[in-house]
Amino acid sequence: MIRTIRVTDSQLAHGRLIRRHGDGRMTVEDGTKRMTGYPLNPGFWDRCLGLPMRRAVAMMVTVAGLGLAGQVHADNTLLNVSYDPTRELYREVNAAFAAKWQAEGHASPTIETSHGGSGAQARSVIDGLKAQVVTLALASDIDQIASRGLLPEDWQSRLPHNSSPYTSTIVFLVREGNPKGIQDWGDLVKEGVEVITPNPKTSGGARWNYLAAWAWAQKNGQDPKTFVGELFQHVPVLDSGARGSTTTFTQREIGDVLLAWENEAYLALNELGEDRFDIVVPSVSILAEPPVAIVDKNIADDEQKALADAYLAFLYSPEGQALAYKHYYRAWDDSAANPEDVARFPELDLVTIADFGGWKQAQPEHFGDGGTFDQIYSGQ
Amino acid sequence: MALAFRLQKSPMPGFGLGMGITLAMLSLIVILPVGALLARGISYGPEAVWATINTPRVWAALYLSFRLAFLAALFNLVFGTLLAWVLARYDFPGRRLVDALVDLPFALPTAVAGIALTALYAPNGIFGGIARDLGGKIAYTQWGILIALIFVGLPFVTRTVQPVIAEIEQEVEEASATLGAGRFHTLRRVILPMLLPAALTGFALSLARAVGEYGSVIFIAGNLPMKTEIAPLLIVIKLEEFDYDGAAAIGIAMLLISFSMLLAINLIQIWSRRRIGHV
Repeated sequence: MIRTIRVTDSQLAHGRLIRRHGDGRMTVEDGTKRMTGYPLNPGFWDRCLGLPMRRAVAMMVTVAGLGLAGQVHADNTLLNVSYDPTRELYREVNAAFAAKWQAEGHASPTIETSHGGSGAQARSVIDGLKAQVVTLALASDIDQIASRGLLPEDWQSRLPHNSSPYTSTIVFLVREGNPKGIQDWGDLVKEGVEVITPNPKTSGGARWNYLAAWAWAQKNGQDPKTFVGELFQHVPVLDSGARGSTTTFTQREIGDVLLAWENEAYLALNELGEDRFDIVVPSVSILAEPPVAIVDKNIADDEQKALADAYLAFLYSPEGQALAYKHYYRAWDDSAANPEDVARFPELDLVTIADFGGWKQAQPEHFGDGGTFDQIYSGQ
Repeated sequence: MALAFRLQKSPMPGFGLGMGITLAMLSLIVILPVGALLARGISYGPEAVWATINTPRVWAALYLSFRLAFLAALFNLVFGTLLAWVLARYDFPGRRLVDALVDLPFALPTAVAGIALTALYAPNGIFGGIARDLGGKIAYTQWGILIALIFVGLPFVTRTVQPVIAEIEQEVEEASATLGAGRFHTLRRVILPMLLPAALTGFALSLARAVGEYGSVIFIAGNLPMKTEIAPLLIVIKLEEFDYDGAAAIGIAMLLISFSMLLAINLIQIWSRRRIGHV
């Protein structure tokens, strides 16, 4: 590249760029000799490679390094690896628990929560993310962590209610006034109805959607495989996670009905305006149990064990349960909850994962390689 | 012979140190991960790898990924070269701004680009709305994927071609004109051959980038199996099933196809260099 540089106040040089120096100067060659000076009109890269930017990068690296170093000592910290739609819940749970833990005479704990697709989060833990606590969407994801020996295989019996301090279910979110008249699962396969759901292969929530549709077909004398296959013919976009589907439905305005976690549907209603969407509760749905567990192998010492135990116990305490109700989860103990938060859940007929033989059977049968979901798209 | 020559003392100092650092870094950053991928495939067994790849859904995804990456790179080859030409040859108000904008796809997180493009091209977005009125659809179709791939690949062609254009002396064009060539003849027979090697490099980079692109495409694609499902998404799906071997198998397939495409492009480059002499 040909560049012009200022060699002295009165002398300019023009030639092929040979090299840049760290202080913003550059050396050019005009065919016979080389000269060094500041470029006449420095470009984007000249500025980037000049000294001030280098100093900025060095500072950022130092700060990041200090930040990492600060996290190394583990006594009073917890990392909770969770799934997508629990952001709002755990933000509040963490603050409330930290306050309670401090009030009990302990040092203030640092609790961090990471969110993402349930399967991807489980993989991070398997691959070495030092999570002391996992709170995922599906028991099968924690089973996978257990199968790598990070916690005992019988983890789900260690805490009450199948280790699920809160539960949820699958409902329909439709556009205001329900223009397509969607009341139940059968309406989803009507002519011209577009259904938004995430991909059951990548999203825990979508697997609950799928099984709920399957259960409805079974109870209504239809062939479940045919019904679910037909249902997915009405899906124009398969996002990889629950939040992505909510965005597609609410922001991009694609589709007539969103199959959503009940808590996610209420959140969308709350955040985006009750005048834009309605919740429709189908006649049959599934009891979704997002379980929690301590990852024994990632616990550094007794002190951290006590903290992790107390954290999960807090989820079961009246206070923690009240927070779950507040964030639209169906919890178990409503003694401390706001009665309004409890009353808004309609009664409905809920099947459970046990009706599908548990995740150990349902996961490979429906969502494994070549399972019933794969068969929909391979046309078998 | 070439090896013996390399091992002789070079007039430039620091060959041993430079070569050592290069090899160490290359092994750490490139050879180890690729080697691990291949080792995974070998331990899985060639038959199993083939069985994973040889399904209609995987072929559909591979065909989609490579076809759209090729089309996007082709578009960038033409449009990126034109852009480089305009930036290097003409002075106009806002040239520096446009010049800086070209680098934006490098700097922007791909997820941000994907969400922004989806917002624009979804049926309720600005461009998507126009398409809807005309009876078409952009986001959640292959067109959406193509646009995302063009976006992420554009700077590669422009940035490789631009310095070459800047170095072409105008005297060459004048000489061509004095020898009686028309303007298009000069462009075709004098300028384009000089740009070709750099443009092909940019094309190859843009293609390689587009083949592996995940972050931006995933938002705009719609991700329907057999229709708009890209090969990198299939890898992610395999990982979600904790099927590391299956994921490695598709990864190897992509690696092999990419490698043969890049090899072909390199051969064309060597051929074009030979034909027109070294530029």
